[in-house]
Amino acid sequence: MTYLDHAATTPMRPEALAAYAAVLADTGNASSLHASGRRARRIVEESREALAGVLGARPSDVVFTGGGTEGDNLALKGLYWARRRVEPARRRVLVSAVEHRAVLDTVQWLGAEQGAEVELLDVDAAGMVHPDTLAAAIERDPAAVALVSVMWANSEVGTVEPVAELAAVAHRHGVPFHTDAVQAFGQIPVTVGEDGPDAITVSAHKIGGPVGVGALVVRRGLVLEPLTHGGGQERDIRSGTLNTAGVAAFAAAAATACAQAPRESVRLAALRDDLVRRVQEKVPGAVLNGAPLGGAPGGPQRLPGNAHLTFPGCEGDSLLMLLDARGIECSTGSACSAGVARPSHVLLAMGAGEEHARGSLRFSLGHSSRAADVDALVEAIGPVVERASRAGALAGMTGT
Amino acid sequence: MRVLAAMSGGVDSAVAAARAVDAGHDVTGVHLALSRSPESDRTGARGCCTLEDARDARRAADVLGIPFYVWDLAERFETEVIEEFVQSYEAGRTPNPCVRCNERIKFAAVLDRALALGFDAVVTGHHARLDPDGTLRRSVDPDKDQSYVLGTLRPEQLGAARFPLGDSTKAQVRQEAAARGLAVADKPDSHDICFISGGDTGGWLRERIGSRPGPIVDSRTGQTLGEHDGTFAFTVGQRRGLRLGHPAPDGRPRYVLDISPVTSTVTVGPAEDLDIRRLVADRAVWPHEGVVSCQAQVRAHGGVVPAEAEARGDELVVTLVSPVRGTAAGQAVVLYDGDRVLGGGHIRATAG
Ligand SMILES: Cc1ncc(COP(=O)(O)O)c(C=O)c1O
Repeated sequence: MTYLDHAATTPMRPEALAAYAAVLADTGNASSLHASGRRARRIVEESREALAGVLGARPSDVVFTGGGTEGDNLALKGLYWARRRVEPARRRVLVSAVEHRAVLDTVQWLGAEQGAEVELLDVDAAGMVHPDTLAAAIERDPAAVALVSVMWANSEVGTVEPVAELAAVAHRHGVPFHTDAVQAFGQIPVTVGEDGPDAITVSAHKIGGPVGVGALVVRRGLVLEPLTHGGGQERDIRSGTLNTAGVAAFAAAAATACAQAPRESVRLAALRDDLVRRVQEKVPGAVLNGAPLGGAPGGPQRLPGNAHLTFPGCEGDSLLMLLDARGIECSTGSACSAGVARPSHVLLAMGAGEEHARGSLRFSLGHSSRAADVDALVEAIGPVVERASRAGALAGMTGT
Repeated sequence: MRVLAAMSGGVDSAVAAARAVDAGHDVTGVHLALSRSPESDRTGARGCCTLEDARDARRAADVLGIPFYVWDLAERFETEVIEEFVQSYEAGRTPNPCVRCNERIKFAAVLDRALALGFDAVVTGHHARLDPDGTLRRSVDPDKDQSYVLGTLRPEQLGAARFPLGDSTKAQVRQEAAARGLAVADKPDSHDICFISGGDTGGWLRERIGSRPGPIVDSRTGQTLGEHDGTFAFTVGQRRGLRLGHPAPDGRPRYVLDISPVTSTVTVGPAEDLDIRRLVADRAVWPHEGVVSCQAQVRAHGGVVPAEAEARGDELVVTLVSPVRGTAAGQAVVLYDGDRVLGGGHIRATAG
């Protein structure tokens, strides 16, 4: 089996699995006062410190969550509600047009149900939000902006956003800045920084930890309304008995991923470049979406493991099915509730036509990827594209 | 053989897919998303394109251990089936959208795509038999037989189709589903038109077409008996819901005899005026020479009458040895020799 879908979820790292299994065998609620509770508490706090360490945050900034989706919801709703309480005029919510649905659906809900005025920030052809775009958007009515959220790296095309500059623009106007770093964390340096984001969402299962654990890193002084009410375990922002084993495994995965990232990102980028080059050799019409490979300094950069290609005249659905039948697993981007693939909102926002968007596939590499994975894809892609373009022609796709 | 199993989320298509797996084929399940904005749950009347149905289909595929995908055919379905359905009613006909869907979606768009993608055949859960020589026959279960809605398919369409359920009754299919651990084993059958949830076709058409009032006229006296607000709410042969104020002079019930959308007139009259002895079908599939003695079926779940059929160019002229009552233009006529389907077409005109 050739797994080229690490951006969806990546295998558990051995260190994380070991930590997970070891802690699962122990009894202990981290809120309990007895010895078992203290033992669990110690594991949670050591994990918090380890995570804070790699993120350049203070341990008390780390709020454990049930994953990336919860982290995004907590950041956006929590911030919006908290801001509204003190300054009811702040209703504008600015987010990029290429966010993950965990962000887009959340702000749309805030717009539909909570009086927010949601504005989507335009991106360029590579999927990047320019600091000028954000500045202009804020300046239209700075006193009404509640918050800004732009993801650190895009989940589909892998474009890395200029988060430090964007945060600085927001801060110039006294506006808090959130970033969804679920895809970036563990691959490229993600740190809080001096003037960086005020809130950062991360998720364990994208870096080799378990599903259902994550964290929201919240800068000191930033007030959030909680989503869930209960025991107040995480600074009264997030309630629920702490997932001790999950948190321990998350910290173990983060430590390994971040320690290896400098070397691993070079290895993956080389593997990815090879993938793109050889696929384009087999399918000369295939188009790379997003930032160019080996992005020039100052220009748009992409995540090392991401290759996102459009195969003109083909439907992504057909390509995915035919590759799957050959044991090669990848993704068409955003799957929707009924499993019907819609043209990706990310590609559409980047200015792609509907047909171009529909014909795209995301190949994402990760820590278990090897050269043989690329070889398998390169071997299969020619015949697969040929078949898919026959079906595409029936569906009226022109391939131009 | 590589086969594509169309899985609606119902028990029939799940068992059909299972049998294809058992037969040693390399089976891939596909759920056809036909609705643009699927409802999340099934409402009272049963359709086949809710998200719940998609989930049921996926669950069945998982139990069978086969790959499963959703194919989005909502746009094709909208133009080829739903719009045609509306236009047909506007033209005073009574269409059968299941026949149309089989002709244009399942055994056209889906089949063509499957073949292009390298599949050899498409498996469905239709209750009908298909002999190795391509002959379509009725299911062994007369109550569930669906050969009528397949009866207008061309030989090349049937050539790549497989119907593994034709030798079983519905009860046997349900039993088998239960034995296989398929959760859809006792899921209720779908009856209504899948895109009209709630089953209120008249109301649905009124929303699409709007109100187009006109008279209800007595065929014998020419007298206007009442008003209606759209001919689309009527079907030839219909008796109920006419809401005529005064009884007919002879005190007998009246039936819809004719629908004229151009003048927005609905003509009603006594039952015997509904008798049809001759009909002309177009877009016919009729690979036979001369006059063929056969049995004709003119509506889904209807009986058969003895008939003689003969091709005239692209059309098929069918003479019914004993009349049928209330046959509507737009329906299919399917001709049988016993349980064998000889061919069929779309009723364009009828005569007494
Ligand atoms: C950018 C981004 N944000 C949020 C999420 C959701 O994270 P989780 O699966 O942990 O809820 C994902 C994963 O699909 C993602 O890629």
